[in-house]
Amino acid sequence: MNNTKKDNTFTINFGPQHPAAHGVLRLVLELDGEIVDRVDPHIGLLHRGTEKLIENKTYTQAVPYFDRLDYVAPMNQEHAFSLAVESLLGIDVPRRGQIIRVLYSEIGRILSHLLNITTQAMDVGALTPPLWGFEEREKLMCFYERASGSRMHAAYFRPGGVHQDLPDDLIDDIENFTETHPVVINDIEELLTENRIFKQRNVDIGFISQEDAQQYGFSGVMIRGTGLPWDLRRSQPYEIYSELQFEIPVGKNSDCYDRYLLRVEEMKQSLKIMSQCIDMLRKEGGPVSTENNKLFPPKRAEMKKSMEALIHHFKLYTEGYHVPKGEIYRAVEAPKGEFGVYLVSDDSNKPYRCKIRAPGFAHLQAMDYMCKGHMLADVSAVLGSLDIVFGEVDR
Amino acid sequence: MDNILSMYLYPAAIIAAKSVFLITTLLITIAFLLLADRKIWAAVQMRRGPNVVGAFGLLQSFADLLKFVLKEVIIPSKADKAVFLLAPFVTTVFAISAWAVIPFDAGIVLADINIGVLYILAISSLGVYGIIMGGWASNSKYPFLGALRSAAQMVSYEVSIGFVIITVILLSGSLNLTDIVNAQSGDYGILNWYFIPLFPMFVVFFISALAETNRPPFDLPEAESELVAGFMVEYSSTPYLMFMLGEYVSIVLMCAFATILFLGGWHAPLPILDFIPGFVWFVIKVCFMFFMFAMVKAMVPRYRYDQLMRLGWKVFLPLSLVMVAVTATFVVFFK
Repeated sequence: MNNTKKDNTFTINFGPQHPAAHGVLRLVLELDGEIVDRVDPHIGLLHRGTEKLIENKTYTQAVPYFDRLDYVAPMNQEHAFSLAVESLLGIDVPRRGQIIRVLYSEIGRILSHLLNITTQAMDVGALTPPLWGFEEREKLMCFYERASGSRMHAAYFRPGGVHQDLPDDLIDDIENFTETHPVVINDIEELLTENRIFKQRNVDIGFISQEDAQQYGFSGVMIRGTGLPWDLRRSQPYEIYSELQFEIPVGKNSDCYDRYLLRVEEMKQSLKIMSQCIDMLRKEGGPVSTENNKLFPPKRAEMKKSMEALIHHFKLYTEGYHVPKGEIYRAVEAPKGEFGVYLVSDDSNKPYRCKIRAPGFAHLQAMDYMCKGHMLADVSAVLGSLDIVFGEVDR
Repeated sequence: MDNILSMYLYPAAIIAAKSVFLITTLLITIAFLLLADRKIWAAVQMRRGPNVVGAFGLLQSFADLLKFVLKEVIIPSKADKAVFLLAPFVTTVFAISAWAVIPFDAGIVLADINIGVLYILAISSLGVYGIIMGGWASNSKYPFLGALRSAAQMVSYEVSIGFVIITVILLSGSLNLTDIVNAQSGDYGILNWYFIPLFPMFVVFFISALAETNRPPFDLPEAESELVAGFMVEYSSTPYLMFMLGEYVSIVLMCAFATILFLGGWHAPLPILDFIPGFVWFVIKVCFMFFMFAMVKAMVPRYRYDQLMRLGWKVFLPLSLVMVAVTATFVVFFK
């Protein structure tokens, strides 16, 4: 009986060309007046066959595809892939490389959370916060550009380390950012956190219980909003996260408002992590990537003098490296939740299989559960708090 | 024959000329207020706003007008053509015709009728028909929802606006807008204006005016993140322009109405400033009200449908009813 349509419902297409659909989501809504009876997300409009494409590329060539998954925080995705390949190869990343990775992962987290909290505000009708937030995102994207040469599709974290070391003045500028950014967070919070309308639109909207959240495979802010302190940076530390001081905020009510508060708090924690990383970078020098030139290209200058370096470079950028037979699942705490890569290698230079676990996909399937009984306007509020990016959902 | 000419034709011609003058001035003013709205909004968002067409973008609204007029009118194949095209005209015509009774200065008014307040109330409530007709005739789902929302919203807030106006009428003792303004004149300038004794009502009026004109946080009929553009989804070109124009004309009308009811119309805030013409004061006050409208738009999120209803019926209605009783008591016993 659940699937039969009631006579008095009103079916509307929410998207894919809807301004609040966060890209290309199509929701088929069944409305009883303004009350939502059923939400049926239709996905796949941004499907590009990423996983299959990766199977036909060498391991190095696969890296940029990860930028195009969650294009709001590109480096965090590369991170999961790099960790997976490194585990299969059995190599370690030099310490300075790890610090830079953590620094840029946290920049990615701020990039993503800034976009999300401000667009969540836009979904409930406040049009000013996004423009304030984008001002800050612009600065962060400049940091991306100065490290990797690209504002979005960085291809900076590579199996074996990061592509290049950071220039000193960039580190100074990032430090400067960690000092000025709290002011902007504060400004945005002044517009939203205690705003009566914003609270009315978000408190008790989109509730999900802890058990159900686990059943649906929630992770990241979505599961922490239910009160479960599950954060891969703490529960399964990778890189240097075990040495860093930071807190994992958890929610109480598991509603849209809690998730907004958590994201704001996580941005502040990320700033804390960033300044710790900057201190470490100033103290500790050394290489940023593995010095095994069978896996990571030699420095440009070396290639001008050394025949062997030139050969390594040529081999790496044509054939790539071979990864011993095996399979591995590695996940990172991406801004949106647990982003995992399951790799199967077959001793060749290309992955046999690359399965990507995108957090947004798991979150989106709970749309019906979370929206049922709410009003039409709450659908966009819930969607905003889910933090969906279609690059990773549709892959 | 001479008799007919002097009795009917000449006055008719004069009234027509006055009306044309009023409408032209009004529309040109609105072109610049629209730009001001966008500029204020842009400033809050740390943008520049329109700045290409003319100096500081001053001619932006005229460029927009040209663009809208020159575009093709798209009528959905399943729409009710006649009603679909009539709707924007209904909105605009009613919005403009309400201006007939607005006094800009002592004696400068197109129709100095004794029931000016009622006239404005009646005309501005008719404006909702344009939205309902547009939403219904589009024969499309989002406009339909938008039209339903706006019908409920306008009816709800009309009620509280009505009671707010009653308090003003009780104090001034007249339904004539010129008399209401003159009742606020006196030796104390700004202290005579009604927004001081009736401050809660001034706030209620301002918020209800936002709701009445579909401005944020009450822009539910055209809520972008829910209904895309609400009742205007299927509109394009000139009909769309008419809707936009009607909307802004009624916003400025509400600003002028608030100025007359609460801010002493054309009277100077201090008696020594009386040498400045009343018309200037009137325009300054309307612009001030418009600035408040624009700032609200830049800062607030949007209410949900049920929250909007609750605010209208459960907060504003009782509050204004109590104020009517209090004001009436005051008038009976102390005046």
